[in-house]
Amino acid sequence: MANDFPFFKKQSNNWVYTLLLLPLWLVLYLNLQIIADFLIDDLLQLQNGNHLTEALRFFIFETPKVLLLLILIIFLVGIIRSYFTPEKTRKILGNKSLFTGNILASLLGIVTPFCSCSAIPLFLGFVEAGIPLGVTFSFLIAAPMINEVALVLLIGLFGWKVAIIYIGTGLLIAIFAGWILGKLKLERYVADWVYKVQIGQSEEEEKLKFSERIGGGYAAVKEIVGKIWIYILIGIAVGAGAHGYVPEDYLGTLLGRGNWYGVPLAILIGIPMYSNAAGIIPIVSVLIEKGVSLGTALAFMMSVIALSLPEVIILKKVLKWPLIAFFIGIVTSGILVVGFLFNVIM
Amino acid sequence: MEIKVLGTGCAKCKMLEKVTRETVIEANSSATVTKVEDIIDIMKYGILQTPALVIDGKVVLQGKVPSRAELIQIINN
Repeated sequence: MANDFPFFKKQSNNWVYTLLLLPLWLVLYLNLQIIADFLIDDLLQLQNGNHLTEALRFFIFETPKVLLLLILIIFLVGIIRSYFTPEKTRKILGNKSLFTGNILASLLGIVTPFCSCSAIPLFLGFVEAGIPLGVTFSFLIAAPMINEVALVLLIGLFGWKVAIIYIGTGLLIAIFAGWILGKLKLERYVADWVYKVQIGQSEEEEKLKFSERIGGGYAAVKEIVGKIWIYILIGIAVGAGAHGYVPEDYLGTLLGRGNWYGVPLAILIGIPMYSNAAGIIPIVSVLIEKGVSLGTALAFMMSVIALSLPEVIILKKVLKWPLIAFFIGIVTSGILVVGFLFNVIM
Repeated sequence: MEIKVLGTGCAKCKMLEKVTRETVIEANSSATVTKVEDIIDIMKYGILQTPALVIDGKVVLQGKVPSRAELIQIINN
């Protein structure tokens, strides 16, 4: 994919461009407020303090900020991911005991490239390689839920604290849900044909040069940012529109801090919905602007990303209903605890 | 030359099949392109990510949809 850019054709040049782009990134990022103020106050000469002016200022400042963060982090993660192929992850998890395996699988879930369309081959490949069922589940829970896009958007829209809380609790859910599923010894609820599948030998992968890994970073930026920028614009535009208002309306009363059933209700609404992190975060930002408490909003987000109807349909190919029920039940409980916890603490 | 596109039914899998068929026609190649959708058959190739591309029995690509330029390079090798 890197070949789409003429100047990436020579992979060895990647170094030079990256070294030139990084300082440019930094200068731009550090001067965003100045640029936004210049555009609003000097160029457009809008009236200060006006609601529309401040909403516009927020949008002009926030959009490049989130996009710049996204580009840098996806680029870096793209390079890191080139070191963690699913094959390597499988090798690492191969001879690990249950609890250590769960922790490792959840952590590897963050850095291993994962697409829900690969869930079945991955599941079969892991189980076939002798990786315990519970460890495989830890990976399958962490991989979609915790990723660089979620991280950047949470930092950009809600700050570091919320981002770290989300990642920390997401990891705990993946670790413990997988561990409990492993302890329950549910192997008999895996579809019978799974253990009979003949898995072919995978070939040894070739060593990549570092310049090729950098190329992979650019390719990741192009692919992911190209796909999600529109969600980000919408999310920030909504945030900008609501900037300064704290509307107390129906949603806020229903899913606000005061209601004990806010969290379970949010999770229930989230289960049939399906979206990736990029698609759901704008919605979450609207929910929080509308007075939904943080714990409830996080629970909703986790529920949409980690549990979904399409995923259940995919999993049904390899798992029997009791195992799917345990999976949903345990992950739901984990999200429930996280939601309640943050409504109490924050 | 025999090209196989391995993929169940996801968006990326359909995209890879489309790009492959178009590229083969564009390159005036005599290669045949078939789609393998059965998961049991797919797993025989030892892959962990779909979609994947198999040329004459050898996995040349998995987990992504390449650009046309990249694909032509892969086919010509």
